[in-house]
Amino acid sequence: MKTENFYISDFCTLRNGKVSKNGEQVYSNLESENIKDFAKGIYKFLELKYPKFHKMDELCKLGFLATEILFQDMEKIDENTALVLSNKASSLDTDRKHQDSINNREDFYPSPAVFVYTLPNIIMGEISIKNKLKSENAFFVSKRFDAEFMTKYSEILLETEKATNVICGWVDLDNDKYDVFLAFLSKKGEKELTKKELNNLYNQ
Amino acid sequence: MAELKEELKEKIIEQLSLEDVEVSEIGDDDPLFGDGLGLDSIDALELIVLLEKDYGIKLKDPKEGKAIFESIKVMADYISKHRTK
Repeated sequence: MKTENFYISDFCTLRNGKVSKNGEQVYSNLESENIKDFAKGIYKFLELKYPKFHKMDELCKLGFLATEILFQDMEKIDENTALVLSNKASSLDTDRKHQDSINNREDFYPSPAVFVYTLPNIIMGEISIKNKLKSENAFFVSKRFDAEFMTKYSEILLETEKATNVICGWVDLDNDKYDVFLAFLSKKGEKELTKKELNNLYNQ
Repeated sequence: MAELKEELKEKIIEQLSLEDVEVSEIGDDDPLFGDGLGLDSIDALELIVLLEKDYGIKLKDPKEGKAIFESIKVMADYISKHRTK
């Protein structure tokens, strides 16, 4: 039984060469030829100085940049902000790169820097390191964005005080096709956290 | 040797995705780890792969890398003495 209401304070999307926050477009680059260029453009737009960004795989870059967009106007990020992410393709984009490097026994040089990203939950590690989060985190793989599951899982974290805030959403990448939606959930806000509202925002 | 040092700087920048670093910014004696280029443990593993792939040098013990990867100068010295390709 729900004892308290929670809210969607902020949300952002990265889709089709555009970045939006709370429904307003904040950046676009329709000229970028691939996901790497698109991500680099956002990195420059945000004026970030974080060399480790360039070492991340493209999936991590998308999740990392989306949280930077969410955090843009926040004064302080609570270290107890949980991360609950999901996607369809897991880390398949990087898994393929790793597979390509080990296909030929005569030319067998797997890259450690690629291999470390062959798990989707690494995104949450990168976000946590950058923002000094010491919180619950979980990554789920599903066919599509499951607003009901995300809502319930996040509510449990907030109700049981396992987290003071939650970032939940969808960070998916497969063959340069990407879809990113993140929502910042807290005890304050105008949009009440419901399955319907979260789904509406995802589909905006 | 000067040519090998330049080559190593270019390879390190490319292999380790040091996008904000120029070849001219890496001194021959600058430490590669710690206060220098700030490389990490995954970068060390990448350098071990680079030694084997590009110069035919296979380190028997990854711990050897600590001394070999001290600086570009030390690395170039080691490669010139042990390279098989």
